[in-house]
Amino acid sequence: MSTQDKIIAILAEQALLAPSDVGVDDALEDLGIDSMALVECIFAIEEAFDISVPFNANAPHNGEFDISTVASIIAAVERLKAE
Amino acid sequence: MTRRVVITGAGTINALGGDVPATFAAMKEGRCGIGPLEIRDVERLSIQIGGQVKGYDEHSHFNRQQIALYDRFTQFTLLAAREALAQSGLTFTGALADHSGVILGTSGGGLTTQDENYRTVYEEGKNRVHPFIVPKLMNNAAVSQVSMEWNLRGPSFTVSTACASSNHAMGQAFNMVRSGMATVMVTGGSESMLCFGGIKAWEGLRVMSKDACRPFSATRNGMVQGEGAGVFVFEDYAHAKARGAEILCEVAGFAMSSDASDIVMPSKQGAARAIAGALRDARIDRAEVGYINAHGTGTAANDKTECAAVADVFGPHADKLMISSTKSMHGHLIGGTGAVELLACIMALREGVIAPTIGYEEPDPECALDVVPNVARDAAVDVVLSNAFAFGGLNAVIALRKI
Repeated sequence: MSTQDKIIAILAEQALLAPSDVGVDDALEDLGIDSMALVECIFAIEEAFDISVPFNANAPHNGEFDISTVASIIAAVERLKAE
Repeated sequence: MTRRVVITGAGTINALGGDVPATFAAMKEGRCGIGPLEIRDVERLSIQIGGQVKGYDEHSHFNRQQIALYDRFTQFTLLAAREALAQSGLTFTGALADHSGVILGTSGGGLTTQDENYRTVYEEGKNRVHPFIVPKLMNNAAVSQVSMEWNLRGPSFTVSTACASSNHAMGQAFNMVRSGMATVMVTGGSESMLCFGGIKAWEGLRVMSKDACRPFSATRNGMVQGEGAGVFVFEDYAHAKARGAEILCEVAGFAMSSDASDIVMPSKQGAARAIAGALRDARIDRAEVGYINAHGTGTAANDKTECAAVADVFGPHADKLMISSTKSMHGHLIGGTGAVELLACIMALREGVIAPTIGYEEPDPECALDVVPNVARDAAVDVVLSNAFAFGGLNAVIALRKI
């Protein structure tokens, strides 16, 4: 499974959607992922890729890890994997 | 039958000091007790700071048999209780002993004992643990040890409501004395969660700061855990007066509420109902309140919700009162936090000094109250409140009055 597919599967599971209903340009809010689901997504991503994601729930949009869209999360994970 | 309730003893140990005078001195200086954690496996944690009680040697306070039975949270409780009961001058025999009890708050109880012994059986693969692990780790261990040490034979139990545990405990103690169910109640709370498992669990929520607790500051980035205990002697006013006890202040009122909405996100309405309820219970006009010790965790969610709740309840008076979070100095003691924070309230009433919110860097328009930034302030206040709003949406607010 590609990085993109894995991440979409994780987000889809939290959003209670089929992976095919998750588009790369979707924002997390559009998928119905709230703050608690987001923290679970970050955890699942860390476990799936064995990486550590810099994310603070107090300032979710200010960190180095861009969570604005599905595509931005995929790009950020690719970057962390490369590090 | 309603009685007045007063505080005739106070004791503590926390990151700011080993007793009440040391804690007051630190609060007046605006000293930060938060620093690098010194615990086993700290290098495996992403959060490596806390308000830890440093330089603590259990052997200088307790003997070997006691240590076998006293988790760190119980040790802190006993040290704080020793100071509080010594100040009160009370001893408990006969009818007074039967009519006096202990109600304390804690969230994790003997979490350090659990952590150490899970390590023994899971990590080290041993098949045997010390025989007293259960009486050492149970959440009521501290209450029971206090009751035994001072012969308190009346109503005694532990309250566990996460970050509001101590306030809920003190609220119960207050109502027991007020109603005549008890003459004296030893109350407050204790916490010692600064162990690998204790911090690791909190890390998961992603609400912890890696560098500092900066309540109400626009630059805040989360909470920092602390540890320690605060213990108080709540006494029937007539009883205290008759024996000529020194009275620290009056416990004027208490209220609690439940948000009934979310397991972690706080609600303005729930907080406001508890604050307004405490004023009503104490028959205090809101304009009399000079200081509020805030819950003020330094998280994005709490601080703006709390400020909005205070603004709702107090209206224009919200801009006149002072509100500070001493968690910036001693950290968040979770189940013990309301007890240590009550000390800042007592200091405000008795010494006319308002403890500051340190680490304050930049105003946040959503927290636009007088948060006593960085430097303690001299101010005479007659009525103060202490807020506690727990995960799970359980809120408890205490009102104290000068006497």
